[in-house]
Amino acid sequence: MLYIPHISKVHELIYELRTERVMRRDVITVSPDTSMSQLKEVLRLNRISGAPVVEDGRLVGIVSIENLIRSLEEGDTDAPVRKRMTRRVVCVRQDESVIEAVKKFSHHGVGRLPVVDDQGNLVGILTAGDITRGLLEAIGLNYQEQEAARNGGAPAFQEIVSDRTELTLTYRVRARDFKGGGRAASKLKRVLSSLGAPPQLVRRAAIAAYEAEMNLVIHTERGGELQAVIEPHFLHIAAVDDGPGIPSVEQVMRPGYSTAPHAIRELGFGAGMGLTNIQRCADTMKLESLTGVGTRLDISFMLRPEGADPPTGES
Amino acid sequence: MLTLRRVAEALELEALTGQDWLDRAVTSGYASDLLSCAMNRAKAGCLWVTLQSHLNVVAVASLLGLSGVVLTEGSRPDQETLLKAESEGVALLATERSTFTVVARLAHLGLRGEPDGL
Repeated sequence: MLYIPHISKVHELIYELRTERVMRRDVITVSPDTSMSQLKEVLRLNRISGAPVVEDGRLVGIVSIENLIRSLEEGDTDAPVRKRMTRRVVCVRQDESVIEAVKKFSHHGVGRLPVVDDQGNLVGILTAGDITRGLLEAIGLNYQEQEAARNGGAPAFQEIVSDRTELTLTYRVRARDFKGGGRAASKLKRVLSSLGAPPQLVRRAAIAAYEAEMNLVIHTERGGELQAVIEPHFLHIAAVDDGPGIPSVEQVMRPGYSTAPHAIRELGFGAGMGLTNIQRCADTMKLESLTGVGTRLDISFMLRPEGADPPTGES
Repeated sequence: MLTLRRVAEALELEALTGQDWLDRAVTSGYASDLLSCAMNRAKAGCLWVTLQSHLNVVAVASLLGLSGVVLTEGSRPDQETLLKAESEGVALLATERSTFTVVARLAHLGLRGEPDGL
């Protein structure tokens, strides 16, 4: 497991990488006074499906091919962009972490995000593809820097990167932290989505990670760690804690068996379905525990083509 | 197509968050106060009916991509939960009515439950 020290650096990168490092600066923009018929030519010539609307450097709206189609339908192509553009623009700040942009892509269902500075001036544009590329570049750079330092300068491991690419994410989960519960699972879900994992797999992994995370919140003494290793065709999630351990692994695997106290059940947890849910979603699951020492839950997923996933409870 | 707006109007629900997302399609319904059960059965687009109103309800709804959550029997989320719901894109709709009444009315609107897998 020699690569672990590198990878934990990589994990930090996803959160540390700033939007300005991955965005594209050569943005094609239009003015609010551009007519919709001029816009049609701008979109056609540049083969783009929308453009930010900029007035004196400031981002004032966004106009897309949908706005254009509507204006064509209504015979309103002489209208200025100002009249047909969307004014409430979802955008990101250049100094924000890339993970924030990833969230906005998934929540708002947009394909591109204008990037602004703290004065609201447009400085760039970002697509999901830019993030993936930027992340891969940053990972590669970081990896090379470290290896170069270790080998006294020669970055001689590029072959290794292409032989085996994997990303390890580690989330610390605190005991009894019901408010924070689910945070690790939703972060993992966003990372998987942004890496282009099939939606069915993302959903199965999110459910399994959520249940595993809540087990750490509900049942451990000092919390634990949720770890995810992402490879091109394989996903592994582990939930690891250091106590109290499970007296009978066989018993806890039974659907409906629960040791959760009343107060926790009142919150809607402790139905005794967590492990059953995980098993249903995962390709393999392994639970190992030693009382007084700790518990380790290993969950694996194979990445298949979309549509080839096993059913997850649908009839 | 059934939307959140139609449901909110027909059942006189108060939109606590998500006034901008009321045109979202509601494709199925599910009711339970156990989070693991919702996790297992509710699908993307589903409307979840529950009297739980804490932060983890938002986490589950967001993870599953639900169309919204109906909070029954006057159950009210705290400020932190509301802010989280707003930022995660989770529509929370509140009512004084019981889960039973809400589900009965949803069925009357033509909404179907998740398959029971029997």
